[in-house]
Amino acid sequence: MKAETLETVLADIEAKRPVVLATNLETGDQRLLHPGDGENESECADVERALRVDACIATDAEGGPRVFYQPFNPPLRMIVVGAVHIAQSLSTMAALTGYEVIIVDPRESFAAADRFPGVTLNLKWPDAAMESLALDQRCAVVTLTHDPKLDDPALQVALRSDAFFIGCLGSKKTHASRLRRLCKAGFSEAELARVKGPVGLPIGSRSPAEIAVSVLAQVTETLRKPMC
Amino acid sequence: MPDQSEIEVLVAARDWKAEGHGVALATVIKTWGSSPRPAGSHLVVRDDGFFLGSVSGGCVEGAVVDDALGVMKTGLSKVLEFSVTNEQAWEVGLACGGTVRIFVEPVQ
Repeated sequence: MKAETLETVLADIEAKRPVVLATNLETGDQRLLHPGDGENESECADVERALRVDACIATDAEGGPRVFYQPFNPPLRMIVVGAVHIAQSLSTMAALTGYEVIIVDPRESFAAADRFPGVTLNLKWPDAAMESLALDQRCAVVTLTHDPKLDDPALQVALRSDAFFIGCLGSKKTHASRLRRLCKAGFSEAELARVKGPVGLPIGSRSPAEIAVSVLAQVTETLRKPMC
Repeated sequence: MPDQSEIEVLVAARDWKAEGHGVALATVIKTWGSSPRPAGSHLVVRDDGFFLGSVSGGCVEGAVVDDALGVMKTGLSKVLEFSVTNEQAWEVGLACGGTVRIFVEPVQ
């Protein structure tokens, strides 16, 4: 690898710009490709796919060169709406798993720095907060407040974004009424199918920390096994 | 996405190079069966044999470091492949039974 190529990769990682390193395994030649780049349509598609699934792709085209595509994606982010007890466990666990965690809650007594040391807190109203975060396909959104006036505005922004995960805490009954409200707000059934509720894998969680495990497990499953 | 430890490996490659060391980078490009490190995992090697990162669970790093030192001398990249066989099991191979293909390149 040329030192300047390495510098550019590190600069892109620092600037949170998605980039793919393409290596010709026969000659060792390397190119850096950003979304939309590529010598032809098929290469553009490989770049796009490597970034989307966040995994390396090797081409073995008949007669063509063997090329290895390695994506460097921006960091994962988890946006937790509701600075509640579960959020304290979830923010710690998600950070360990590699997420940059942002907690959204306009209630100052909940979103207190003492309750969330080292976590980014956003005290704007949830819709304004979510808009300012410019959600992308590396984002997971989890709502925990149970309060429609806080959860719903956040969800409406999340549903209009490319967030790879949207999940809501609350019973099946609560979730059914939530879906009805969002439907009235103009979201289609297909759009609402993205919302996982009640959020979390059914592992019999009881404590807030166990619920956080269940939520993080489902987020991980959606990230790594997107067909589920 | 590269986790923090992968980024640290790339940063070390840059810094060692900037300090005037010979540096080679090894990247897992393909795995078959059970192998501990996925494609894209990095190991960086310095000309004094010091290394950071991993391309397996520790089974083949020794051999990769040797090849990396050779690549620094020739300036030519190469592809290595390791798998477990009865004869090799006590030498270089993957105890887990997988196969791993690794691209080793000089940082120039």
